[in-house]
Amino acid sequence: MVEAKLDVTKYDPRKLGLRVGLEIHQQLDTKHKLFCSCPTKLVEQPPEKPAFARRLRPTRSELGEVDIAALFEWRKGRVYEYYAPDECSCLVEADEEPPHSLNRDALVIGLSIALALNAKPVDEVHVMRKIVIDGSNTTGFQRTAIIALGGYIELPSGKKVRIQTIAIEEDAARKVDERGNSVRFLLDRMGVPLIEISTAPDIETPEEAYETAFIIGQLMRLTGKVKRGIGTIRQDLNVSIKGGVKTEIKGVQRLDLLPKVVLYEAIRQARLLEIREELRKRGISPQDVERESKIVDVTEIFKNTKCRIIKRALSRGGRVYAVKLPGFHGLLGVEVQPGRRFGTELADYARFWGGVGGIFHSDELPGYGISEEELSKVFEVVGARKGVDAVVIVADEPKAARKALEAVIERAKMAIIGIPKETRAALPDGTTKFMRPQPGAARMYPETDIPPVEITDDILAEANKLKPVHPLVKLKELKTKYGLSEQLAQQLLRHVHLDFYEYLAEKYGDKVAPTYIASIFINILRNLEREGVPVENLSENHIEDVVRALAQRKITKDVVPQVLEFLAKNPTKNVEEAIKALGIGAISLEEVEKLVEEAVEALKEEIMSRGMAALSKVMGRVMPVLRGKIEGRVVAEIVKKKISELLEKHR
Amino acid sequence: MARKLLEKAGAKIGDLVRIVKSDGSVYEGILMPRYMAFSKPIIVIKLSNGYNIGVRVDDKTVVEVLKTREQILREAAAGAPAVIPLIEEKPPSGPKPRVVIVGTGGTIASRIEYETGAVKPAFSAKELLEAVPEIGFIAEIESEVLFNILSENMRPEMWEKIVDSVAKYIQEGFDGVVVAHGTDTMAYTAAALAFAFQGLPVPIVLVGAQRSSDRPSSDAAFNLHAAVLTAAKAPFAEVVVVMHGEPSDSYALAHRGVRVRKMHTSRRDAFQSINSLPLAKIWPAQNRIEVLLKPLRKRREQELVVKNGFERKVALVKYYPGMDSEIIDFLVDRGYRGIVLEGTGLGHVGEWLIPSIRRAVEEGVVVVMTSQCLFGRVNMNVYTTGRKLLAAGVVPGEDMLPETAFVKLAWALKQFDDINEVKKIMRTNLVGEIAARHTLDVYPRWNHG
Ligand SMILES: [Zn+2]
Repeated sequence: MVEAKLDVTKYDPRKLGLRVGLEIHQQLDTKHKLFCSCPTKLVEQPPEKPAFARRLRPTRSELGEVDIAALFEWRKGRVYEYYAPDECSCLVEADEEPPHSLNRDALVIGLSIALALNAKPVDEVHVMRKIVIDGSNTTGFQRTAIIALGGYIELPSGKKVRIQTIAIEEDAARKVDERGNSVRFLLDRMGVPLIEISTAPDIETPEEAYETAFIIGQLMRLTGKVKRGIGTIRQDLNVSIKGGVKTEIKGVQRLDLLPKVVLYEAIRQARLLEIREELRKRGISPQDVERESKIVDVTEIFKNTKCRIIKRALSRGGRVYAVKLPGFHGLLGVEVQPGRRFGTELADYARFWGGVGGIFHSDELPGYGISEEELSKVFEVVGARKGVDAVVIVADEPKAARKALEAVIERAKMAIIGIPKETRAALPDGTTKFMRPQPGAARMYPETDIPPVEITDDILAEANKLKPVHPLVKLKELKTKYGLSEQLAQQLLRHVHLDFYEYLAEKYGDKVAPTYIASIFINILRNLEREGVPVENLSENHIEDVVRALAQRKITKDVVPQVLEFLAKNPTKNVEEAIKALGIGAISLEEVEKLVEEAVEALKEEIMSRGMAALSKVMGRVMPVLRGKIEGRVVAEIVKKKISELLEKHR
Repeated sequence: MARKLLEKAGAKIGDLVRIVKSDGSVYEGILMPRYMAFSKPIIVIKLSNGYNIGVRVDDKTVVEVLKTREQILREAAAGAPAVIPLIEEKPPSGPKPRVVIVGTGGTIASRIEYETGAVKPAFSAKELLEAVPEIGFIAEIESEVLFNILSENMRPEMWEKIVDSVAKYIQEGFDGVVVAHGTDTMAYTAAALAFAFQGLPVPIVLVGAQRSSDRPSSDAAFNLHAAVLTAAKAPFAEVVVVMHGEPSDSYALAHRGVRVRKMHTSRRDAFQSINSLPLAKIWPAQNRIEVLLKPLRKRREQELVVKNGFERKVALVKYYPGMDSEIIDFLVDRGYRGIVLEGTGLGHVGEWLIPSIRRAVEEGVVVVMTSQCLFGRVNMNVYTTGRKLLAAGVVPGEDMLPETAFVKLAWALKQFDDINEVKKIMRTNLVGEIAARHTLDVYPRWNHG
């Protein structure tokens, strides 16, 4: 029997035969979008109203195949509304004008990364249309082009991870919200160039997945031509274990989550295989499910139910249906990922195919207001045996409820056969949820509006100039150019903000010591994080503002951690507001001199008798007022000066 | 180079090929057509992941065929899932209006062969109903492909063929006719049909697409849906162009064929009525037609009267500063029977052209003046040049679009033998192409705040 509770420590990914391939998407920092002349900037706020609304019709291939997920959306009358900010979208994003030629800068940056990955550029780039009918592209497809094939990276262990393809593609529109039948998108991001790097499934542990993504990310950042910040890099994965299937997982935005997502997917597949074993042991076949799982209207049983969800469904004219899953007793409650049960997987299918809110299953009942008595009656009516079979209940509009239960039956049958091929979405806790069945072969056809681009020696020469340096070369540069210690340089080299550091060191290095700027990333932010300060709220703008304030002597080094902590906790505030709130405004030299003069005057007698030895006494008097506003070193200079002046006068 | 290699290997488009370059690198993929001829030594293949790439070849490159196109398609078909209809419900049985869709070009429906990337037009009634099943709920659909040309290649002889075909279907009792047409010259054809059907019992609807039908965002299905709805249900019996009304998939507009003009190179709502409001707003999803103007003819009010035939020797000449009078002389010498001038402002051309124009009129050429302004009416009494042109025998084209005046003159010259009759007809409103009154609301204003 499979333990219902999941113990993640029991699973060793290596022993499971884990195989992972990564697809890394990184926005390029070009002036213009990939196929039009709009800037690659995002707006803070969408415009007041959407500019237009569209429907997307599933296209049919020669063989009559349609995209199932898209077809469902279309049948539901799904409408996509688009906000079109004038400053960063034009007729091209609105799909009201053909695309312009491929942005050459993006191509060159992409090729430079390809060369650094030891890949082989293609001889001629052909832009394709990849069908994507979720509204995130106004055209209903994403324009994408392979620019290089092959290549590899080397992990610290010496292991090589092969690169399969490197493509340049357009980013999708940003989803703003979803209400009723309409999904709203913002067009600012649509068309921003992305590089997509796909690795072979050579990765065998969650840690290797992290290392691979990290190294590729670092290499891209070393070009200095990619965008930074949250949302500018996204990882998709495909994960399989021995006996499992290649599952696609979309949209991991945080690198540190990657190992967890990999591990949890490996475990999910292992758990599903355990469930299959158990079912086979119990002698259940797909034919048994096919024969015995009949959808029965059980509305009568729930006429006076206390279950609020069912009551609401009934008041809206819905009905209650139940189905028996023969031999499934206990298995719907089995955790496949932390907090996700096999029943959750069934519910995902019910939601996707039936559009229902959810399901009830017998492993969680009685509960949710459904009584023991009601449950027993349902068991009786569907012909299920307690302790042997499981029962799934759906309350909704009849057509939707039936479709939902049909999907549940299908999913239950698959559980006996193996693991279905799915595309899943990554959740913030590292688990994943079902998004859609995996589409068949990529639906791609040529973008005939864009002429192919031959990769000439000129383009390759430009790409070579941009090719990121080897990390060891960069290490030496950090040490010599900015005077960083070996240790600090090493740490910075591995830091995701390396290029941002270089930017700050270049811009403010003459006023703020580059070693100090480095320590902000390596020490200060890490310490704050350890103390539980939400440093992930700090944007690059916040950090640059703090460094600029240092350069302008608006704040001193000793208050930098305080200011960063304040900004992390109040991300909508700026440095000026932090200074005010913390009462640490810098002070003018004249004011300091005045304060010191007053102190010297007050301590005149002691100074006269002890001379320079009284310095610490004077400092002790002024520093409580000046701390954070001016560096102690500067104050000491002034005190020294004032003391000598006094001594001079009275000599 | 590329062609020679492929010929040597016996490779055809759609075959799976292996290319071994002289540096030893190997590429495998399906051979794709090259849109820009064989000018460069590059072979385009589709990789197994669906992407196309170009592979540079030289005389040391080796190409070999691994699998033929037929084999690939056969294998793909064997593994293909069952065809899933777009709409599960079947249209209710019972009598429905009968609508015929006549194809002249452009792709209202098409299929993509993902194996090779080819886009194939689909036009049988079955294919249309598969691609746009909504139309089956409105009408009994029949279809015919008359010809399949790019609309820039349209010619007056083809207008005549379309008129004959449409007339045949109306005689057979169809309740409406849809003509699928490329958008570039659709307005000319619409005007031609409008003049040719002097008596019309049912609507004739021209329709096209600004985004090709192979893409999910195509406007083709929406426009076709709106066009069939118009043909089947509209209360008027006029020749109209039905296309998107705005960038949204909300409503379409039915424009009078003699008043419509393509005003944008690429937008869905490129078609606009000039000097007139559109005739109707069509809401396909809501199954609703909102008539905006008083129809000239109601459905089933008139008998069918066809006056087919268009004079070929008619020219549409746009005046530009410094235009040489030789251009007019040339047309006269070549036996042209009609010239529509697209003059400046109220209807002017450089006065040095007047002697040539006078000579044209004296030789029996009908010269009609329209305006490059498009909006507004020509008035040749206000300025001296206008009065001189009138004196030279130029016929003022009122508020007709230059293109409409051109089509009308071609039609009138073929229908009437008497030149004076032609001149009179050119100034007479026949099917809504001329209006005596313009109200303030029929001129667009830009969104400048
Ligand atoms: Zn743009």
